[in-house]
Formats: sequence, C-alpha cells, structure tokens
Amino acid sequence: MNIGRRHTTKAFPWRRSLWIASLLTPALVVMVLFVLWPLLSAFRLAFYEFNGLQPTGFIGFENFRKVLFEQPYSGWTYNALKHNIIAFVALMVFENGTAFLLAYSLLKALPGHRIHQVIVFLPVVLSAVIVGFLWKLFLHPLFGLVNQTLALVGIGAVPWLGNESTALGSVLFANIWHWLGFPTLVLLAGMQRISKEAIEAARLDGAGDYVLMTRIIWPLIAPSITIVTILTFIGSFNWFEIPYVMAGLTGSPGGATDVLGLYFYRTAFGSTTTGIQDFGQGSALAVMMFIIVAGVTAIALRYLRRREIEL
Amino acid sequence: MSRRRMGLALAAASFAWGLAAGVAHATDISFWTWRQEDKAAYNELFADFTKENPDIHVKFESFPDENYPTIVSTALAAGKGGDVIHTHAYGWLEQFVKAGYFEPQDLTTVPSLANQPADALVAGTYRADKKVYSLPFASQTLGLFINKDVFAKAGLTPPTTWDEFITVSKALKDKGIYPLANGMGTSWFNEMFVAIFTNPFLGQDFVSDLTSGKTTFKDPRYVAALGKLLELRDYMPPGFEGIDYDTAGQLFISGKAAMLAGGSFDITTYRSQNPAINMDFVAPPMAKAGDTPEVTKFFDGGYAVNAKSANKEAALKLVNWMGTKEFGDKFSALLGNISPIKGVVIKDELLAHVAKLNETAMPHINVVYFRFEKPTGSELLQGDITKMMSGSITPDQLAADLTDGLAKWYKPFQGK
Repeated sequence: MNIGRRHTTKAFPWRRSLWIASLLTPALVVMVLFVLWPLLSAFRLAFYEFNGLQPTGFIGFENFRKVLFEQPYSGWTYNALKHNIIAFVALMVFENGTAFLLAYSLLKALPGHRIHQVIVFLPVVLSAVIVGFLWKLFLHPLFGLVNQTLALVGIGAVPWLGNESTALGSVLFANIWHWLGFPTLVLLAGMQRISKEAIEAARLDGAGDYVLMTRIIWPLIAPSITIVTILTFIGSFNWFEIPYVMAGLTGSPGGATDVLGLYFYRTAFGSTTTGIQDFGQGSALAVMMFIIVAGVTAIALRYLRRREIEL
Repeated sequence: MSRRRMGLALAAASFAWGLAAGVAHATDISFWTWRQEDKAAYNELFADFTKENPDIHVKFESFPDENYPTIVSTALAAGKGGDVIHTHAYGWLEQFVKAGYFEPQDLTTVPSLANQPADALVAGTYRADKKVYSLPFASQTLGLFINKDVFAKAGLTPPTTWDEFITVSKALKDKGIYPLANGMGTSWFNEMFVAIFTNPFLGQDFVSDLTSGKTTFKDPRYVAALGKLLELRDYMPPGFEGIDYDTAGQLFISGKAAMLAGGSFDITTYRSQNPAINMDFVAPPMAKAGDTPEVTKFFDGGYAVNAKSANKEAALKLVNWMGTKEFGDKFSALLGNISPIKGVVIKDELLAHVAKLNETAMPHINVVYFRFEKPTGSELLQGDITKMMSGSITPDQLAADLTDGLAKWYKPFQGK
C-alpha cells in the first residue's frame, strides 16, 4: 500500500503538488480575503481622499503630510506616538522587570509558589474590556476602592483618570496588572530549560541570587527575553482596549491617554459625537503604525537574535 | 358538489386569494436607528401608522450607537441600508447628503415639513443646495437640573444669576452638599457643559458676530465666558476632573448634589432611576439680573429616506407621517423628548416647561455651526477644555486653539 502510494507520487509529481495545493487553498483564500486584501486596501486608501462614502480621489502623500506636519493633526499624532513609546518603556521596565523577578521566585519554588503562580496568571484570562471597567471602578475618585482606602489615611479624592499627570500611569498600571502573568510564564519557561547542573555549579562557586540572576539566568534565557521584548513592543503599539474603556476614545483628559490606536480609530470612523469619517487619513495612520511595528520588530529581532548567538 | 357548495367554495377561494394578494402587495419598509432603547415606543408608533396605511408595515432595526455611523455608511455605500434612516444632524448628515445617499424632501413629497420651525429645519438642511434631507425629530435642551428637595432642606432658593449661583453654592458646600454634580470625565458632555455655562454670557449678538465672520473665538467675550467656568471648580465634587457624566447623574438623583448641568434628554432617565425625585429644569445662571434666561438648544437629528430605497414612496409617506402633530404628541408622551413639530401638546409639566424655555434658547454654537468639517469644533474643544479646567492652559489658549483649528476649513476665521 505504502509502496503503491510512493510509486504514484513519483510517477505523477503534479498530483502530489495538486494534493498539497488543495490542502492549502482554503487557508490561502481566507488569508488573501481577510488579511492580505484588507492590508493592501489600507495601503491604497492612505493615498486617497476618502470618507467612506464618496468616490475616491488620489492625493499622493497628502494624508501622510497632514498627520506628520500639519497642525492640529501632527500635534495629535506625536502626542499619541509619545504615549506608545512611554507605554513600551514602562512595560519593559515595570511589567517585564517584575515578571523576571516573579519568574525567578517561582523557579525557586518558595512555599506557596503554586498559589502565587495562579494569582499572577489569573488576570491574563480576563478580557481587556473587563479589566478596563474593573480598574475604572477601582480608581473612581469618589467611590473607588483605591480612593476609599486612601481616605482611611486622610488622602482626599484623587482623580486618577482625570488628572493629566496620573491618567496614563493609571491606565498603564491596569495593563500591567492584566498582563503580568504572561511574561512571567514565558520567562519562567525559559528559566526552567536551564540545566540544573549549571545552577548548582554556580551555587557551589558561591554565587548568590543576584549573581545567579544576572550572570547565569539572564544570558541563558535570551530567547525568552527576545520573545517578551518583541511582544511588548507590538502590544504597546497596538494598545487600544484598556485606554479606550478607561479613558474614552478621545484619550481624556486632554489627550493624556491618547495612543495611536485610538487616534487612528477616531480619525477613520469618527466619534459618536462628531461623526466625520476620514478613511484616508485614518489609513495613513494605520500604515505608519504598521511600518513602525514591522520595521522596529525586524530590526529588534535581528539584534536580539544576534545577541542570543553571541551569548 | 351542489351548486350552492361550489359557489361557497369559489367565494372562499376568492376571499383567500384576496387576502393573499393583500399580503403580497403590502410594503415592508425598514427603519434604521441607533436608539435601541426606544424600540417599544417606535413599534407602538409604527402600529398607529400601519392602521392608517394598512399596506405599509415598518420594521424597527437598531444598531449599537458607537458603530452606527460606520454601519450606515458601509450599507449605503453598498447600495443597501434601511428605507428610512434615523440620522444625526448637521455635519454628520451632510457627509451622507454630499455623497447622494438621501432623498431630498420638499412640501410636495413631505407636506408635514411645513409643521417644522426654521431652526429645526436647519439641522436637516444641506448647506450647499438649501434642501431638506432629514425631517427633524427632537430638540435637545441643555440647562440646569435642580433637586428641589435638597434646596428645600437646605433652606435655599435655586439661583438665577451668576452671583446668586456662587452665593448659593458656597452655602450648599458649607452644609456638606455638592453644589454642582458635574465633573470633567466625559468628553462629549464637557462640550455641552461649556455651552450651558458660557451661552448666557455670550448672547445672541455673539452668535451672529461669529457666524457672519465679524469675530472669532478669540473675542474677549468668549475668553471671559470661559474664565467664568474656572470659578465653578470650587463647587464641583472633589476629584471632579475624573468624574464622568453618569456619576454626576447619580450624585444628583441621590441628593448628594443639589444641581446638575445636563440635558432634557435625561429627564426620563432620572425619573426612572429615582421615581421619587422632585426636580426642576431651569435656565443656567444669567450674567446679571434682568437678562433673558438662556438655555442651550440643538437638534439631535432626523428621519431621512434612503435614495436607493426600493420603497421610496412608502418611506416618504412614513417620514411625512412622522412630521404630523399626531405623531409628535405621542412621540413626546412616549419618549419624553421635545418634538419640534408646531402645536405639539406636551402633557408632562416639566417637559412643557423645558419647551417654554426653548423659546428664548441659544443655539449650541459648536454643534450647530462647527461640526461640518475636520477638525471639528467638538474635537478641538473636547481636547482643550479638560486642560483648561485643570489649569494647564488658559482660556486665551483654548480660544486660540479653537479658532486656529477651525480656520483650516472655516473661511471667516482664516487670517484672524
């Protein structure tokens, strides 16, 4: 039976190709229809004046010029971009930094580490929308859990989401609370792959926790760090749900929580109260986001992979 | 079969055929809206319409508010969509009319347009050809909610002038009551908040100066009116920067706050949330005694006919009926909205009082005149007002940002 099949394949290689093609076609059709075509359409629309209703007109780089160099659009673009960059840095330092320490503590299997692991990972399974609503309630100036607790020690109502200096930090905090379990798990998986002999040898040589973490574990989990860094970068540039739920589509107060995802959505589809749609300008923003994410990811991957090899 | 029986059978068959033919000839039209919560009321209204027009059946189809513009634009661009479409007003409507998706309405196709006041028709008129494309459905009034029980308990009288407002607010605050429930946590409402408290300081002359191009938002009158808003901060709840409009409503109906700058569109909501509430809706504080009390008014939208509808005649018939006094009376009673139709009888005492206030109302300047192109006045104002209220920009800066942003498309502001 096997011989027969091999014979058939050799005699008719095109049949084998046909067989593979027939298996791939459904997936390819879906990819082309729902991924490639919309992506190319977005690229095309970025060069047109189009509000989603009227026939389009080719305007070259005009949409890009507006969002990059013409006020007030350019001001809004750079404000949103700045917040995406802040989000990336904050998530790298606070989320991934904490995740590294947590993963190490879990690796050491301290008493109660299983419960600890569940607690850290639990928020990850919640929807971002629910997390947003939850933290919006917790941070409510009058009735929120945080302010009620602060009131016990005499601190008045803090408008966490209404103050320009605390709004972005509050939204980032909710995001870290939501996602902390994910990098923890990835880094823990990386740490668990390190051979016990290497750790024991370091211990025998007198290495303490700090030396072990910085000299042994950190270099040996380079592939996990690459994954976490890239995913954090993509996540912080595609950031939408939590800022949207917690601070609204306009990035209130005064654009303090605006990010490129919100700005792109507002521009393309219009907000409920203003209703002016601009698919062209929105697409230009989407293309810029795509270029930033794809470009930086490619460069970072190259650099981080090289670092993995050198290590 | 006897002749008699055969005759009866034939008669029955003819009757059944007649019924079937009747069903086959009935026109089913759809009504698209974002007002999901109004389904029962509209279905009752549509049943009345079908009684008068047995051949036409109307199907109520609603979509989520936040996705409604996208759903409607996608459907219309594909040559589909409801036969009658509930539209938002001004710039929202204009982009659809510009693209040719709505049928113009005039006195021959929609005679009930004659029942609409001029300022209502503006909300449904395309500026370029001056034709009406959407029959206005309701006016929205912005003013000051008063919790009468809270005032009575505090032994105070609701204020009518700005000075009285400040004095009363101080007294309320001393008694541990939030004078004004509002915060700055809801962008769309912040724009309404600005209109409510600045309009009495601006007056109709400012509106005509602004629309004729004589002045801009940099006008000292506008800057001074914005400056008045800063005085309100002391009388809003602690952490007001983060308090949203829903929370403000809760503070008001629970009696924790005495006043709330809000919209007539919430009268029914507050009553349903607290049936025992004893409230009033009044004009916001006047600049000085003797001035005309000025609430703020705009029209939320209207009813348009899809130009590609296969049942245009039936759709126009429905829209025309929605402009009659018969519709307006029941619409106001069922939905607690103020119908703009002339002669409509509003039985609810508070709503009737609001309708009376409308007679001297100021237009919502940003909504009525500056939502036609990008950047809209709403985008600019909503972004800046929280900054101004938190002290990071001055009223002068806000006025300049608003004027310069609008100058991108509003010719009278260019070069000023």
